[in-house]
Formats: sequence, structure tokens, C-alpha cells
Amino acid sequence: MAAFEPVLLQRLNKPECKTLEGYRADGGYRTLTRALKEMSPDQVTTVVKDAGLRGRGGAGFPTGLKWTFLPKGNSGPVYLCVNCDESEPCTFNNRYLIECDPHQVLEGIILASYAIRARVAYFYVRYEYGTGTRTMQRAIDELYAAGLLGKNILGTDFSLDVFVHRGAAAYICGEETGLIESLEGRRAWPRIKPPFPAIEGAFRKPTIVNNPETLANVVHIVERGGEWFKSLGVPPDPKNPRDAGSYGSKLYCISGHVNRPGIVELPMGVTLRELLEVHGGGVWKGRKAKGAIPGGNSMGICTEPEFDIPLDFNGPGKVGCLGLGTAAVTVFDETTSIVDVLHNICRFFAHESCGQCTPCREGTAWMLKIVERIKRGQGRLEDLSILEEVADKIGIMPGTTICGLADGAGWPVKTAIRKYRDEFKAYLREGTPKGGTSSGMRLSMAAGH
Amino acid sequence: MSQHHGPKPVSPHAAKVPAGPLPAEIREKIVELLGRYPSKQAVTLPALHLTQDRLRCVPPWAVEEIADLLDLSPAEVHDTLSFYGFFRPATDPLGKKRLWICRSLACALRGADQILDEAAHKLGVEVGGTTADGAITLELAECIGACEAAPACMVDDEHFHHIDQDGVLDKLVGELRQA
Ligand SMILES: Cc1cc2nc3c(=O)[nH]c(=O)nc-3n(C[C@H](O)[C@H](O)[C@H](O)COP(=O)(O)O)c2cc1C
Ligand code: SF4
Ligand code: FES
Repeated sequence: MAAFEPVLLQRLNKPECKTLEGYRADGGYRTLTRALKEMSPDQVTTVVKDAGLRGRGGAGFPTGLKWTFLPKGNSGPVYLCVNCDESEPCTFNNRYLIECDPHQVLEGIILASYAIRARVAYFYVRYEYGTGTRTMQRAIDELYAAGLLGKNILGTDFSLDVFVHRGAAAYICGEETGLIESLEGRRAWPRIKPPFPAIEGAFRKPTIVNNPETLANVVHIVERGGEWFKSLGVPPDPKNPRDAGSYGSKLYCISGHVNRPGIVELPMGVTLRELLEVHGGGVWKGRKAKGAIPGGNSMGICTEPEFDIPLDFNGPGKVGCLGLGTAAVTVFDETTSIVDVLHNICRFFAHESCGQCTPCREGTAWMLKIVERIKRGQGRLEDLSILEEVADKIGIMPGTTICGLADGAGWPVKTAIRKYRDEFKAYLREGTPKGGTSSGMRLSMAAGH
Repeated sequence: MSQHHGPKPVSPHAAKVPAGPLPAEIREKIVELLGRYPSKQAVTLPALHLTQDRLRCVPPWAVEEIADLLDLSPAEVHDTLSFYGFFRPATDPLGKKRLWICRSLACALRGADQILDEAAHKLGVEVGGTTADGAITLELAECIGACEAAPACMVDDEHFHHIDQDGVLDKLVGELRQA
């Protein structure tokens, strides 16, 4: 098979394309120009819908379909919120996009705004991406100067403003309605849905929230067409009538105990094993893998024998994980204690729960306390079933919380205990943690800020 | 998300926090931003950033001033501010530089906890604390999105990679002390 030519990362090593001049010389903004002059907004939406593009932010919702949920015949404002909060642990794909090729993301933002008839787009970016934020702001300034943003873009009657809005280090601002609340200047408490943002979003107006990688894909879909997009990735599973397929390429992040951590763009559906062995250079120090998280902390854990799952929208679910998530793979080696891994993950969610729903606020705190107790060597056998019970009861799926953070907090607990029960039991029997672990993940900082 | 619980001890360099009002150019920037949003309240977070960037904290008088500029009650501004553990009270301002060390999974698998201990030891402060000279505040971060270069940290809003390599942390701390 011919090597895959990167699409979204094609300018990764072309720093000259970070400027408007360089990006244009490389063919950039040609698609936008053509779309604004030759296509109606609805035609752009149709192309994206027919290409089967699904959101890259974690939920995998079909992008074009979401755009069609906007109220018809609406003459009031519509907003685009670009979700560059990217706070799912072990995820950094959008950082590459905004730092290395800001104009590609902006071309996607302008195309999407045109399609959904937005006149203002907010680029909500996590505070931690200072470099990327400044890169994007410079690119935006260039676009205003060149008449590609502002009033009557390229002499058409389409006008658009793009404003950068910085977060303040809170994971929950990545949940789309938490983002909207944060944008509006309030605490980032997610809203009860429905209404979904497409009906009532930012400033109570119809709003589309999309991830930067999703929007970068839009550029290439409008340029090359849906058939090209569908030639990449995985078609729908014929046995599953609800599957919308996993078309296109994906930016996969690889980190943890691997020889070559990094980012790689591949057609959807690469197996976790190939990602680790071929692209990540294998497990470090000549060791074996014990397991991995396949798509950020929220998706749960898979064991080494499960590494043959394809990393498409369906693969991780086949081994009991929540989904593809952000396709950020973090591998841990055979010397790592599963208790340490779970403790680290539980600590994250207890820290990041926004506190609005009691089952999530209390559940994440209790799960952390119990895992901490186990880690300290004071766990009891019944702790495992208590953990499983709590994990089962918090989230949108059991219907007890407002947003999916709680589902994502429960999943690692459920999958870790179910898949590594013997190790947990052995740890509990011994009563004390076995010496140190290679990862040396300590308890001392557990209660920190 | 994290919140400061209860009153914190007044840190030694808190006395240096200036009294109001906000410098004119910050007030102007806040007013300028109003044009970007259909509601004044949406300028809350940008205004808090502008304030903390300058003062290294958000004092109560600044909360009142921001509220005034945005037609809000100070309680509304405070409600938003207190949600983000990111903003500091005047009793415990940030040092000149904020050094935050990532402790999430990819970094923890590559020794983040030891690095945090080491940094606390080198600086002579606990996590959350500021060195007596007011130069550096040490904090924890959850995944900062630099996992391919784990363990990683940030100084204010910039990433530093592979801070476990020989001498990297020492050099960084040395530079921050001089800054
Ligand atoms: C707790 C939580 C955190 C989330 N964080 C992010 C994030 O950082 N970035 C993101 O794009 N989507 C995130 N999402 C998903 C968003 O709610 C939303 O589905 C997404 O931004 C839609 O964009 P897309 O369709 O282009 O993927 C998060 C969801 C939850 C429940
Ligand atoms: S589920 Fe958790 S994070 Fe989501 S709204 Fe409820 S308390 Fe907040
Ligand atoms: S886990 Fe530390 S940067 Fe992602």
C-alpha cells in the first residue's frame, strides 16, 4: 500500500506557510475564494454532510448534519464557536494545527461560518496554548489587513469577524455548553440539553460548536469533494445500521511509555498496535505494554491483548471503551501499577468536575478517595464493588448528570477494575503497595491545588 | 477546575500588590473589547486576564471596577472569578513568574511527581506557594497538551519540554529567579 500523504499535517514542516503570503503561495485560500464566489452556503453544508465528516472533538457527531439543525429562515445572528479548549489529557493534535498551520484552521473557520451564515466566530482557546494563541492572532490580523476577514470578504457580501477568547485552565470549558457559559462570562457550568446549541447557544442564539481539526477537514472536503474524503478511512459497518462510518484521516497523538511519542496523521482505522509499534517506535526500554488509554482519559482503558482494535469511531467500543474520544493514545508498560494509572485518572476528574451535579461532584471525589486508600495499602476487597457501583451511577447514560464529564470519569474506573481485577485483588491482599513502581507515581501531591 | 478553599495565609509579597484604580490603558482595553460581544458580561474573562497579567492577582477593588465597567454586580464578577482556580486573590498573588508542572497521565508516566517534589525542594515552597523574593509561584497543572514532550511544564503560558533531562529544570529555575 502506498504511504499515506498527510492532508491536515501537509505543512507541518513548512514554517513559511504560517504567514498569509506563504500559505497562499502554497495554494491556501483558493478553496475559500472558489466557495465564496461559486457556491451557496447550503451547497457547502451539503458537501460536508455528504462527505460523512464526523466531529473530531470527542463525540463524533456528523458535522454537516449538525449544521442543518440550525433554524431555517432565521434572520437573527448565528455564532460559530471553535472549541480549542483541548484539555482532554494526553491530547495535543489541535496544538499542532494552530501552531504549525494557523491559516488552514482559519480557512476552515471562514468556510464553516459562510455555510452556517455566522457573522461572528469565537475562537475559544485554552489558556495553556499561549504560543498557538499568538500564532492564531497574528494570522487573524493578517487576514483583516488582506480583506479576508471583516466586511465584504473578497468583494462578496459575506462579512465575518473572528475573535480569540482565552480560557482560564478549566477542563469543563471544553464541553460545548460549558464553553458557551464561559464565553458569556459566567462559571463554566454546562447547560441542560435540549435545547442544543444549534437552537439556543451563545448569547441564546443559534450556535455551532466545532473542533479545529473538524474545521480543518472542511477545507479539504470542499476542495477535493466528498468522494475523495470517503476514499480514506472506514465505511459504515453493514451490520450496524446506526453506524455513520469513520471517513477521512485523523491526527493520532501517541504518548506515555513509547520510544517515539508524537503526532501522526493516518486514515482512520489504524490499529492501536500499529500506532504503537510502527509510529510510536514500540514500548520503551525494551519492555512490553500492559495497557493503554485509546482516546484520552475519558474513554477508559484497554489491555495489551486488545491493541488490535481499529482506532475508528467503533473500534474502542468493541472492547468496552467509551469510544474513540480524541484518538490520543497513552501507553503504559508492564512495570506500571494499574492502581497508579487509575489513581492519576481519578484525580484528574475529581479536580475538574465543575461541581454542578451532586452525583458527579461527590462521585468523582469518592472514587478518588477510595482509589487513594487502595493505593496507600489500606483498601478493602469491597472497595472494588463500591467503585464499580459509583462509576455505574454517574453520567448522562444513567441519567444522573448534566454533562458527559461524569461518564468519562466512570469509564476508566469500570474498565480498569473489570480488566485488571486480579491485579487489584493482589494489591489489596498484600495490603501495602509493592515497593515503588517504575512510574513512581506518588500520593504526596494528591491533595494539591 | 479548582477553587481556593477558605482564607489563605497572606504571603510575604502580598504587600506589594498596588491599590486601585486599574491603569488607564487596561480600562481602555476592557472598554474596547465590549465591541466584540453582544453582552457586556462576556468581557468578564478577558478583563480578569488583563488585570491578573498586570497585577498578578485580582484584588477586590479591581472586581468592583470591572463590575462597574461591565454593568454587573461585583458578586457576578466574583462568581466567575472564583470558579477558575486560575485567578489569585490579593492576599496570595502570583510571583513574577508562574511555574506550573503537569501531573496528568502522560507526564506522570515519565516522572512528573518526582519533578514536582524536586521543584518544590529547589524553590523551598509547597505547591501553590511563592518564593519569598516573589519571583516564582509553583503550581500544578493538569495536562497542558505537550504530552509528546513529557514531562512538561509551563512558565506563565509557554510550554517547556522534557524537563526531566539533565539540568533542564535547574536552568529554568535559575532563569526564572533572574527574570
Ligand atoms: C467533559 C467534556 C469535555 C470536552 N472537551 C472538549 C474539548 O476540549 N474540545 C472539543 O473539541 N470537544 C470537547 N468536548 C466535546 C464537545 O462538547 C463538542 O462535542 C465538540 O466540541 C463538538 O465539536 P466537533 O463536532 O467538531 O467534534 C468535550 C465534551 C465533554 C463532555
Ligand atoms: S456532570 Fe460533572 S462536570 Fe458535568 S455539569 Fe455535572 S458536575 Fe459539572
Ligand atoms: S499529560 Fe502532561 S502535557 Fe499532557
